[in-house]
Amino acid sequence: MKQTLIKGGRVLDPETGIDGVMDILIENGKIAEIGNEKSKIQNPKSKIIDASGKLVTPGLIDIHTHLREPGHEYKETVESGCLAAAHGGFTAICCMPNTEPVNDNQSVTDYILRKANMAVGVRVYPVGAISQGLRGESLAEYGEMKSAGVVAVSDDGNPVMNAQLMRRALEYAKGFGLLVISHCEDRNLTANGAMNEGATATRLGLAGIPNAAETVMVARDIALCELTDAPLHIAHVSAEGSVRLIRDAKARGLQLTAETAPHYFSLTEEAVMNYDTNAKVYPPLRTDRDRDAVWQGLRDGTIDVIASDHAPHSSVEKDLEFDAAANGLIGMETSLPLSLKLVEMGLLSLKDLIAKMSTNPARILELDYVGLKRGNPADLTIIDLEKKFTVDANTFCSKSRNTPFNGWELKGKAVLTMVRGKIVFDDR
Amino acid sequence: MKIEKKDILDIESLSTEEIELILDTADSLKEISTRPIKKVPTLRGKTIVHFFHESSTRTRTSFEIAAKRLSADTVSISASTSSIVKGETLADTVRNLEAMNPDAIILRHSASGAPHMLARLVRSSVINAGDGMHAHPTQALLDMMTVREKKGRLHGLSVAIIGDIAHSRVARSNTVGFLKMGAHVILAGPPTMIPQGIEVLGAPVTYYVEEAIKNADVIIMLRIQKERQQPFLFPSEREYASYYGLTTENLAAARDDVLIMHPGPINRGVEIAPEVADGPYSVILDQVANGVAIRMALLYLLLGGPR
Ligand SMILES: [Zn+2]
Repeated sequence: MKQTLIKGGRVLDPETGIDGVMDILIENGKIAEIGNEKSKIQNPKSKIIDASGKLVTPGLIDIHTHLREPGHEYKETVESGCLAAAHGGFTAICCMPNTEPVNDNQSVTDYILRKANMAVGVRVYPVGAISQGLRGESLAEYGEMKSAGVVAVSDDGNPVMNAQLMRRALEYAKGFGLLVISHCEDRNLTANGAMNEGATATRLGLAGIPNAAETVMVARDIALCELTDAPLHIAHVSAEGSVRLIRDAKARGLQLTAETAPHYFSLTEEAVMNYDTNAKVYPPLRTDRDRDAVWQGLRDGTIDVIASDHAPHSSVEKDLEFDAAANGLIGMETSLPLSLKLVEMGLLSLKDLIAKMSTNPARILELDYVGLKRGNPADLTIIDLEKKFTVDANTFCSKSRNTPFNGWELKGKAVLTMVRGKIVFDDR
Repeated sequence: MKIEKKDILDIESLSTEEIELILDTADSLKEISTRPIKKVPTLRGKTIVHFFHESSTRTRTSFEIAAKRLSADTVSISASTSSIVKGETLADTVRNLEAMNPDAIILRHSASGAPHMLARLVRSSVINAGDGMHAHPTQALLDMMTVREKKGRLHGLSVAIIGDIAHSRVARSNTVGFLKMGAHVILAGPPTMIPQGIEVLGAPVTYYVEEAIKNADVIIMLRIQKERQQPFLFPSEREYASYYGLTTENLAAARDDVLIMHPGPINRGVEIAPEVADGPYSVILDQVANGVAIRMALLYLLLGGPR
């Protein structure tokens, strides 16, 4: 019997409410015992991981990433993406379907999962397309994709502009127990915009994208969620108006969940000054007001999840004029430390933060394991809250370097990531 | 005398002293263009690349004449002759140009910020000849020169800038420039053409052209940029002309000695009536003449001294 003992860490699990110094005994990849009665779980045959002074949490889950394989392996592969995830403390990631070919059918899903099985061991949950080819014209085969292993559908990167198609997607997905994840954007309002609309864009002479480009679609999708009574998850919330609408809709009891990403609570449009294409992202970085609203949304539970929206691009797409550069920044390796700042600022308790990065995503995705319970797979993350470091993109496992956080001094970092009892990253 | 900076990227980064110096220098160089032999040896042996990624016959010709009057060697590249059509990126094209060791690169580009990107990549001086909707510093300088020449000052004057403010780099650079030199600036146009947050520049905005014109010392009319027009900004040129165009009727509200300017090329009968464009208040052709002088002044101040 293969055993591992994680000793003396502060175990914090928002699902079970556990918070205290405990030992965790792992047998055959599962949690066999969890508690503080040393006699019960002390075992000389165990491999021992000393977690004293560290935080032990359920494995972090990143509900929104882009792995770029198949099709754009020069930006990221399933393998390099999984490695970056492990280094960021993630035991599971969801990858969006905007690959080439698009993940709108069983064979692409199969391919991604096969690659994931050969990688470091982080769980990969592919997200299938809402529409065939992400074209927004007809439904993709949800049944087939579900059998192949997708956990949700999304046309991320492309908004579903046709409200009737979105309605049918919500209804049809409900029949397979699939979550619909919506990239909220009205393309007519976005037009050729390159950054948030407002004084900074006006100064820089860049075409602006108004908050309403996001908010009008959030409003539409909430109406469709209500109409269809199907679960809906709003991706990368960035605007004040969106937070307000989601808050109201949740109060009415809709099956609505939402995520934001660290850049929306760590940066504002000011990051675009000097035309830094690493800060070019969709939705665009917005104003202090929007960032404050995102903070409030995280604090009061309107926003359930922090996701990285890890979007790798090479210099071919980024080393360009601002207008021409691709949207997106990488985040799996900075997500946790940037999010821990919210705890330091007193905006979130540590428990709420871990919930937003672990147990909330698990529940929204309806994974059959949530939290550190006896019998559950040993997916966990050990975090050193005191570890200070300087972000250096050159050391990232991701194949891409497009981060606006390079050079930032951060505190708190994953030092060990374990999936099904297997260590996939260890930097103690 | 020279300017202690490598590049001229926008008006924001110029001090009032630097602007004064540029205008004074341009005043003194203007005379060269009236001589029978319009050439001085000041920049002999210097190489200037004119890189016009976005077409502009007027600005390019003005820069080329300026360089030639100072005896510089010039190379002219346009988007269609550059490798950009073959898929080369701006950064690569520019690194190649840099390898040829020019002293200055004059860049006109459709992307805002392109000259800033270029300036970070090369040792040569970079002069922004217009980037996207961002800035057109030499246009603002030649406009200020023209006004100062006619009025004797900039301080305290009322300047109205009218038309498509949102898509105009000329409007941005002129607003910043005239405000910096102590003039009052008012912006006018239909609300669809007033960009969000423009008030941070410090100029009030009106949707009524008459209000902007009233008591104006200077009226700068902007071109309706048909080639980069987005949908739904205004219903028809006919309606635009009658509500936002400059005509002899609404001009009556302006001061008796008002100056009428336009960065060109003009859409006659749309933003400006032909009789106004060619009328007694128009200084549109003076702007063109001063354009050469301003560009000579910048080249002289950036490249003239020992480097
Ligand atoms: Zn998206």
